[in-house]
Amino acid sequence: MTVPTTTTSAEPGAVAAGAQPSTGRSRRPRASSPVLLGLLGLAALVVLFEVLPRIGVLPRRFFPTSSEIGSALVDQLGQPDFWAALLDTIQGWALGLAIASVAGVVLGIVIGSSHLLRELTASTIEFLRPIPSVALIPLAVLLFGTSIESKLLLVVYAAFWQMLIQVLYGVQDVDPVAQDTARAYRFGFLARVRYVTWPTALPYVMTGLRLSAAVALILAVTAELVIGNPGIGNRLAVAQSSGAIATSYALVVVAGLLGVVVNLAARFVERRALSWHPSQRGEVAL
Amino acid sequence: MLEVNGVKKVYEGKSRTVEAVRNLTFTLGQGEFTCLVGPSGSGKTTLLKIMSGLLDPTEGEVLMEGKRVDGPPPGMAIVFQEYGRSLFPWMSIRDNVELPLKQKKVPAARRKELVDESLSAVGLADVHSAYPWQLSGGMQQRVAIARAIAYEPHVLLMDEPFAAVDAQTRADLEDLVRDLWHRYKMTVLFVTHDIDESVYLGQRVIILSSSPTVVREDLAIDLPDERDQLNTRGSARFNELRAQVYSQIHRPREEAVEAPSRDAGATSLAKQG
Amino acid sequence: MTGVLKRVGFLLGLPAVLFALWWTASAGSTDFYFPPLSRILESLVDEWFGPRLMDDVVPSLLRLAAGYLVAAVVGITLGVLIGTYKRLRDFLEPVLEFFRAIPPPVIVPILMLVFGIENTMKIVVIAFGCMWPILLNTAEGVRAVDSTQSETARVYRITGFARLRYLVLPSASPQIAAGLRQGLSVAIILMVISELFAASDGLGFAIVQAQRSFAIPEMWAGMIMLGLLGFLLSLLFRLVESRWLAWYHGLRKAQKAG
Repeated sequence: MTVPTTTTSAEPGAVAAGAQPSTGRSRRPRASSPVLLGLLGLAALVVLFEVLPRIGVLPRRFFPTSSEIGSALVDQLGQPDFWAALLDTIQGWALGLAIASVAGVVLGIVIGSSHLLRELTASTIEFLRPIPSVALIPLAVLLFGTSIESKLLLVVYAAFWQMLIQVLYGVQDVDPVAQDTARAYRFGFLARVRYVTWPTALPYVMTGLRLSAAVALILAVTAELVIGNPGIGNRLAVAQSSGAIATSYALVVVAGLLGVVVNLAARFVERRALSWHPSQRGEVAL
Repeated sequence: MLEVNGVKKVYEGKSRTVEAVRNLTFTLGQGEFTCLVGPSGSGKTTLLKIMSGLLDPTEGEVLMEGKRVDGPPPGMAIVFQEYGRSLFPWMSIRDNVELPLKQKKVPAARRKELVDESLSAVGLADVHSAYPWQLSGGMQQRVAIARAIAYEPHVLLMDEPFAAVDAQTRADLEDLVRDLWHRYKMTVLFVTHDIDESVYLGQRVIILSSSPTVVREDLAIDLPDERDQLNTRGSARFNELRAQVYSQIHRPREEAVEAPSRDAGATSLAKQG
Repeated sequence: MTGVLKRVGFLLGLPAVLFALWWTASAGSTDFYFPPLSRILESLVDEWFGPRLMDDVVPSLLRLAAGYLVAAVVGITLGVLIGTYKRLRDFLEPVLEFFRAIPPPVIVPILMLVFGIENTMKIVVIAFGCMWPILLNTAEGVRAVDSTQSETARVYRITGFARLRYLVLPSASPQIAAGLRQGLSVAIILMVISELFAASDGLGFAIVQAQRSFAIPEMWAGMIMLGLLGFLLSLLFRLVESRWLAWYHGLRKAQKAG
């Protein structure tokens, strides 16, 4: 996304002053490392949420203190129901993500490999993609009620487009010379996909996976919250409507932590899968 | 005009310490055209950044018109090697040239005059509204030069400005720089790693050693002031000077043979410099 | 001429086929959940482009606009600060990572507690949810200002507000746009969800209302309406973006060609 370099000077001055200002310009030693500062930031958040409701800056009625949220969280962790709900959420997320990824990759490679198919489907994809998946909620409720299928419908729909679009970009990024070379050596379609298309598209697939994973979690929780499928979201809805405020906050924290874990895991998988790749490229602008 | 006094620069990294510039002292006279030539990795860019106040020296100081440089001084302009990254791609060419003048609070009428004049001086009178990336590399560097000229600097620093353009464009741009220097009479410091270019352009060539950098030689270029690509470069004197610069740059580090340890060798080198 | 025809064919071919399929497949449908397309379209025109346009669609859109605007202003401002000051960034990074990772819909129940169920809650929900992608992308863009451009600005003594206006914001604008684009789709989702819990008007409210009262054609029409809105808003965004970032797209093209 940044404006790329045309030429880079090989001189040490240019490198040290430009790329790593921390080694170049700072004369005094660093008082605190980024990690320490980050922990300090988290601690500050906790302290703020402890103090502000206590001194009345935030109304106590709506804002429980950190310690109250913490004890509600511990309380949740001791309940088997909570773990069942967490598992339900993760199951819906993982299943939906898997279906969406496989469908997105297969369709993306098939459509992307053919110029004709790409042209034919472009307008339809452009129309269907921005349709918010929450539009499907009423239909999901009517068809499936609160069974897992209604959750999956939302998750798959939302995650599928992220994946498909990235794969389409990736397939188009294939070097035409490499493609022609493969053809010249009489590679079949599957062999071309295996040895030419897939390696080129892999970074995009990984980006798609990362984006899909985040979206899938959002939609899984949304379905639970709105439709009432069992899971963390539903538990939150119940807690809120029964006035268990600290528990509601605790469940939001759980949802946030789940999101952090999903993001970290997706990044980890991405890095592992691409460690061999010469270009760890950035996201495609959509 | 511009004095460099005992400048030293050490980069302190986590794992290693790099001494980029060891000890440099020289002075640029008013209106002088000086070339700074040295092998790749000789800390030329570091030196230029220190001279322009973009980087603080570890030791020593730079004086411009008697005042200590501790940030980019007014009256100094730089042309960077990376023209593609130095121009702002979101602004038209005209706006790129005009922006520093706006910051300098030059009145609008005078701004227009300066922009028109400098763009036509570099031969780009008719592309004002284009964006930089619509031009070729050589033309982009002309825009960067126009921006510097319009700023009416007393000192113009150029950091390997033509290293990334093709040979023919490069010759044209070299002549352009000589012309502009004659016309505007500013002090020019031209950094390059190209020996021919340094001899062709300068009144004086300062030859740097490889890093850690010291001055190897300060050579006056006694070629006639009127220079052209064919005759000047073909002349016997040009070739002598060129050979002299060449031998200085490629002179082995005899000091290193005298003293087995790198540090000791470097010390004697510093004394000599 | 044939080139134009071909382009139109590619553009409308598949949509036309799909539409025709839906139309004929559902024409004689007696299935309660899948009414004929003709009935759905009737309802779309009569209801959604009729009284409901002002009663439900416009209030939804106004709340969307308000929330999105707040998120854009707050997100870009904070993003610039966080992108500029490294210490601040180090300090806030884990906190921001956490807030970004919270699936935005889960804050709806919490904000309902605090702000009730009126417009304020919905606007805050939209703003809070779609602020994070805007903020984080802006910070990333600001942090990545090119070193040579930055030095150029210093040499020509372009500092302070001028630096922000002429260097930092334009240079970060492609990332800011990416954040705004992500934020827009989150905002639409939250617009609907905030109306599902408790509301008296709005698109989300009306669609769920239709579903609960088994007004099936109307429900389908509402879903289509929502789809149209999503499509039109993203089209509008693309139009604005392509003008705003014309320089960027040109630059990319020039670099690819070179």
